[in-house]
Amino acid sequence: MKGVVAVQREPSALPWIGGMAAAVVVWVLLYSQLIPFSEWLVSLLPVERHSHLGESIAFFFYDVPKVLLLLTLVVFAMGVVRSYFSPERTRALLAGRRVGVGNAMAASLGIVTPFCSCSAVPLFIGFVSAGVPLGVTFSFLIAAPMVNEVALGLLFALLGWKVALTYLGFGLAIAIVAGWVIGRLKLEGWLEPWVLKIHAGAADLPDTTTSWPDRVRAGLEAVREIVGRVWYWIIAGIAAGALIHGYAPEELLASIMGKDAWWSVPAAVVIGIPMYSNAAGIIPVVEALLGKGAALGTVLAFMMSVIALSLPEMIILRKVLSVKLIAVFVAVVGSGILAVGFLFNLLFA
Amino acid sequence: MKDVKVLGPGCKRCDTAVQMVKDAAAAAGVEISVSKVTDYAEIARFGIASTPAIVVDGQVVHAGGLPKAEDLARWIAA
Repeated sequence: MKGVVAVQREPSALPWIGGMAAAVVVWVLLYSQLIPFSEWLVSLLPVERHSHLGESIAFFFYDVPKVLLLLTLVVFAMGVVRSYFSPERTRALLAGRRVGVGNAMAASLGIVTPFCSCSAVPLFIGFVSAGVPLGVTFSFLIAAPMVNEVALGLLFALLGWKVALTYLGFGLAIAIVAGWVIGRLKLEGWLEPWVLKIHAGAADLPDTTTSWPDRVRAGLEAVREIVGRVWYWIIAGIAAGALIHGYAPEELLASIMGKDAWWSVPAAVVIGIPMYSNAAGIIPVVEALLGKGAALGTVLAFMMSVIALSLPEMIILRKVLSVKLIAVFVAVVGSGILAVGFLFNLLFA
Repeated sequence: MKDVKVLGPGCKRCDTAVQMVKDAAAAAGVEISVSKVTDYAEIARFGIASTPAIVVDGQVVHAGGLPKAEDLARWIAA
């Protein structure tokens, strides 16, 4: 391998440790002041605290800083974790894996491997042409967008760690099973013909060293990029949620989205598939719907289908997959989400 | 003259990477020719799995995300 020798540099870790400790202290102080802060803000406004409007405003001013603080923490941690992974390294781990074990590994690696949706096609070809089985590649491609740090951070912030962990578990399960099913169907022939002609193998990348300050910087960069991209979605989502919280009648939502309405799960999936939004805009709405009697499985099924399957993504994948293969992909993942929706409604009844 | 290729379907990061390459070459006083490779089949031939990727004189030196400025300076000067 024609590697390039990394330049030796030994940055002092002390300022980084000091900076991190200071950041943690500031974070904890801010977090502990959330309720007094929102109550104080509402008391400044000329509204009755216990009116509909007062409830909505207090909810908004409490939720926005809370969600942003927790999200920043989760995104930072994930940014640091991701500095240990790369799509090329993940590919090397997955190449030639057997179906089954390979699907489980691919789904788990999908969570921690840095992945941007604009490189979905290069990643797909890069994986398949270097010997990662098609079904294993799909497990990765399903898990990567669905189980992401924004979804997990927001679910944790708004609905608690139990829901966040259950989402993580079911998200992984869908990615593993759907990838396994697609692998068993042996649909390699349904790829676009030019994809099969590429036998590029894997490029040899030079080794680079990553120091601790680099990893902290990667975490900060992730916060700047991701929180910078989604914060206004969160504010819009929480504003919508606050309106639902203050005004929506409970009986109405319970009858449409409650767990007694069995048809609401398939309806939520069918409506959610073509929609495209990110977790940031949709989860605050999900929280408010839940508070008004909607069933958890129904709203999560809706959320998963919005995040995991979307029209723009299918249009991008159309470059490498035939329409038949995309249809199978949507059908398999959609059934998985449907199953999860029903299961959630049973478990969290 | 060094031949530098930036591989990527044309997202914002790819454009940023092209600019970084130009800046690094200007700073190092190295003459280079930069080209963008946006065709998926063409990108796939380099055997990478993430973009933007950087190829210097036919050798892939970087894949996925933006490179570190100091690494870039090293690849261009090498």
